[in-house]
Amino acid sequence: MLSLIIFLPLVGGIIILFTSKTNETLLKGIALGASLASFVLSLFMTALFKIGGGFQFLELGNWIPSLGIHYHLGVDGLSLPLIVLTALLSLLSVAYSWRIELRLKEYLFLFLLLETGMLGVFAALDFFLFYIFWEITLVPMYFLIGIWGGPRKEYAAIKFFLYTLVGSLAMLLAILVMYFNAQPHTFNMLTLIEQQPLAAKPVLAALAFWGFFLSFAIKVPMWPFHTWLPDAHVEAPTAGSVILAGVLLKMGTYGFVRVSLPMLPEAFRIYAPAVAVLALLGIVYGALVAMAQTDLKKLVAYSSVNHMGYVMLGVASAAAAAGIPEKAVAAATALNGAVFEMVAHGVITGALFLIVGVLYDFRAHTRGVDEFGGLGARLPMYTGITMVAMLASLGLPGLMGFVAEFFIFVGSFGIFPYLTVVAVTGVIFTAAMFLWTIQRIFLGPFNERWAGLPDMDTREKISLVPLAVLMVIFGLYPRPLLDVINAAMTTLVAMVR
Amino acid sequence: MLQVAWLIPLLPFIAFWVILFRGRRLPGEGAYVAIGALGLSGLLSLVILGQVMFGGRYQATMVWAMMGDRPLAVGYAVDPLTAVMLFVVTVVGSLIFIYSVGYMHGDPRYPRFFAYLSLFAASMLLLVLANNFLVLYAGWELVGLCSYLLIGFWFERPAAARASMKAFVTTRVGDFFMFLGILLLFFTVGSLQFDAVFAAVQTGSLAGPLLTLAAVLIFGGAVGKSAQIPLHVWLPDAMEGPTPVSALIHAATMVAAGVYLVARTYALFFSSPDHLALTVVAYIGGLTALMAATIGIVQDDIKRVLAYSTISQLGYMMLGLGVLGYTAGVFHLMTHAFFKALLFLAAGSVIHAMNTNDIKEMGGLAKVMPVTYVTMLVGGLALAGVPPFAGFWSKDEILLEAYHHDRTLFYLGAAGAFVTAFYVFRMIFYTFTGSLRSHTAHPHESPQVMTVPLIVLAAFSGVIGLVGAPWPLVGNMFHRFVHFEAAEGAPFDLRFAALSTAIAGAGILAAAVVYRWQLVSSATLRRVLAPAYAVLVHKYWWDEFYAVSVVRPVVWVAQQLRTFDVYAIDGAVNAIGVVFVWLSRLYRVFDLYVVDGAVNLVGWLAKAAGGRLRHVQTGRAQNYLLVIALGVIVLAVIGLTR
Repeated sequence: MLSLIIFLPLVGGIIILFTSKTNETLLKGIALGASLASFVLSLFMTALFKIGGGFQFLELGNWIPSLGIHYHLGVDGLSLPLIVLTALLSLLSVAYSWRIELRLKEYLFLFLLLETGMLGVFAALDFFLFYIFWEITLVPMYFLIGIWGGPRKEYAAIKFFLYTLVGSLAMLLAILVMYFNAQPHTFNMLTLIEQQPLAAKPVLAALAFWGFFLSFAIKVPMWPFHTWLPDAHVEAPTAGSVILAGVLLKMGTYGFVRVSLPMLPEAFRIYAPAVAVLALLGIVYGALVAMAQTDLKKLVAYSSVNHMGYVMLGVASAAAAAGIPEKAVAAATALNGAVFEMVAHGVITGALFLIVGVLYDFRAHTRGVDEFGGLGARLPMYTGITMVAMLASLGLPGLMGFVAEFFIFVGSFGIFPYLTVVAVTGVIFTAAMFLWTIQRIFLGPFNERWAGLPDMDTREKISLVPLAVLMVIFGLYPRPLLDVINAAMTTLVAMVR
Repeated sequence: MLQVAWLIPLLPFIAFWVILFRGRRLPGEGAYVAIGALGLSGLLSLVILGQVMFGGRYQATMVWAMMGDRPLAVGYAVDPLTAVMLFVVTVVGSLIFIYSVGYMHGDPRYPRFFAYLSLFAASMLLLVLANNFLVLYAGWELVGLCSYLLIGFWFERPAAARASMKAFVTTRVGDFFMFLGILLLFFTVGSLQFDAVFAAVQTGSLAGPLLTLAAVLIFGGAVGKSAQIPLHVWLPDAMEGPTPVSALIHAATMVAAGVYLVARTYALFFSSPDHLALTVVAYIGGLTALMAATIGIVQDDIKRVLAYSTISQLGYMMLGLGVLGYTAGVFHLMTHAFFKALLFLAAGSVIHAMNTNDIKEMGGLAKVMPVTYVTMLVGGLALAGVPPFAGFWSKDEILLEAYHHDRTLFYLGAAGAFVTAFYVFRMIFYTFTGSLRSHTAHPHESPQVMTVPLIVLAAFSGVIGLVGAPWPLVGNMFHRFVHFEAAEGAPFDLRFAALSTAIAGAGILAAAVVYRWQLVSSATLRRVLAPAYAVLVHKYWWDEFYAVSVVRPVVWVAQQLRTFDVYAIDGAVNAIGVVFVWLSRLYRVFDLYVVDGAVNLVGWLAKAAGGRLRHVQTGRAQNYLLVIALGVIVLAVIGLTR
């Protein structure tokens, strides 16, 4: 079933390649059908998923036996929410992209290829496979930015590609270090976690750790590797931004939790304070720089830097507490928060980029925060959804973002109390930043320049309302999601001893 | 009925969603739904209050989330403090909802207003019912959100938009400290349940400086929400909201949440070594009480007078709690809710009639608006602290406690009491006596939907204080109902009551001398007291201070960091890119001239050699034979010489 979920979009993409490009309705239908099927299947899988049952839906087949490479897939409480999130955001993005006119066929194909890559990353349990999926996501994104992007699309696309490619190479080297130190040589991630091949080799472990770190930190992105993000976001088409912020960034933090933490716990523990400080810089710096932005997309992009900083603070705290039994609860709490924040940020920031797109793509064609004013009176629906998303992002209780931040802070306070105190100040800055944005766009006297602006249409509502509903539901009652995560994180923390 | 206490916040919450989505299609355009929901909650609260009076207590919890193997519980509890707050919020709230039907009549976003009000009521009731810090914090932030939405309800006005943001961000600074306090408590105790935290205080596992720190951090939240120094700056600006909002949120209920918080977690404050945390509370409260009252003297906006009055009265509540007068503080919270709601609604009635907030434009309204005048007079007397009105009993108790606890605090409070009586009667004299100064206004009495709530509130303001009066036989009933075991209040003292009445009377008299009989003109006063007047008019320069010390630096730093980001970090990234492009050019040169050069050299050499050797190949057999012969000779010679 897992293979089906992963490869259905690709199959859809290949069918699209063999369809006439003049038949746009059919093209869109195929894309929508493929991503919808994948999403429905992922929901079905969630229904069958047993909480606390470790890795499930395993698929193991020989691929290149001479090198110990297998086709190995599986999901646990960490990857399941991310897979469902990916399938959901992809589906909504396809729905949102209904009005793409330029080279529709290629666009849809690349989009579905991208979806397969992302789903694969979260499901792969073999490093070789993981790496391949990881690289697969890179290429379609490059073209999505480079072809359907804004005015500086080439620069942004190349920057994105090269930056993440450097990271990928570092990861490849780190993977090889792991591979050659395992006995027998294997790419099997589960075996590597069990074996801890580098436990007795601190220097190699440190090298491998920093190799993975570079790759994941660029993807997250952590301060100071974040500058590809604003450019990529600003230039990417709306759906691209949604996927980029909603899913691609999570690949980095997912890597930290899936790879760095269980495979290199010793090395991670040693360097956890450094990682936490970088995360902290991301939090405060991201919020402050976001405050100074006048471009709405850049503002949201920097708020991503801020939020991913929270995730990394949680992960680093858990890493610092690895192997200390009395801090196991704090570590599990911080990790719960971190993983919950991954999902929450995916939903919230995904929604925020769609929101920017609604305004920019088909209405105002500008993203200057200062150029609007008083839209609240004319676009009540749009204003309402934006407010919900922004309030969720600034961590208002009752919405998804708060739950995540609360657990991250509660967990990390038990491990890095002083750093956490500084991190909590980020909450004030994000509040100021988003409220100021709301004030400048929606409040104040109406700017007559936008007199003809219509409110959201059905297609936009279809892509935004589900996200807003999710924010409220999981904000009020996070248990369905949190229990899934918690079981996996408790196992993880118990394993890292 | 205690088991269904969760319905109390749920009903208005449902009303919020229903009004939000159905809006104008509902009866009364949503207003009746909101009033009905809160009214039902009010009835339920009354029943619960009765049950709690006869000893009913209830607590329920459920697991909200798991953290590792540790459950995180949430729940609600009903005890006397909660029951009193439920009563105050629902009764005052219902009256203000009804009043809003008249006041907001014809507003383009009329249903939205009732939706927000309902959400506010739900959040506030949630906050009050919480039996743990998490739910309390959730309710706390949600009332903040509602406050934000309602201050900015007329968001087309830039001042309203700015004020709403200022309110939210300023209180969030306080919430930041409170959140840290919650983290600290959780870290030390391992639970967020009030019971568990207080038990830890009892057993001494949470004690010493750590406890003081936690208490003071929690108090930080109260400072923000209850507009105490130094985070009081948002409340006067919050008057940009519609008047019912000012009455409900920024006078009667939400701002009192800070006081409620201190009362709720009183065990933390009380057990801190030497009551240090309580001393902090008392001094902040006392200073706020006096400072805000003095600013109230020079305000000409009727709502701003009341806003500073609210800050000042909240300071009194904090002062009461801080000087071990637990009952006094909570009692003042309750009486204040009634008479301040009354004052605001009466002011709203005046504004409704005059279309201006400026008391200098008004005058002589007593004749045209008799109901408003009488009710406001009742509110004013209650605020000034004249017996038997509500404010007298509670304020007298606070001053009495302060007197026995710390003289400095008593003098702060007593001076504040004088000023309070002065500013409120200055406002009443300006508004209702003399003759109308505006030439464009045509004042009229407000419709019944507005005056009836005024009358009900005035009745409450008249008598509610009596529950805290020292009755023969039964004694102070309120004290019996709501009290903190370890902090026993000082007994009622008739001479002291006479003193506090005299202070209030003196204030009223002074106001009458200046503004009613005009024996001394206010202009003369301004001239004589010019330096003091300047300080007051500029509100002690708090706003200017924050603009210079916080707002501008943060914005400046943000802009500098943005520049840094673009030029330094991204510059470095681009520089690396440029270096590699440059290196690749270098490689290209190397490639072109060295590597390719070498290849070409080999080719060229081969070609040159070929060119030379070409001449060897002549095609004539004689030449070849000659070469062969020479070769044979050479080989022979080599062979022989060996």
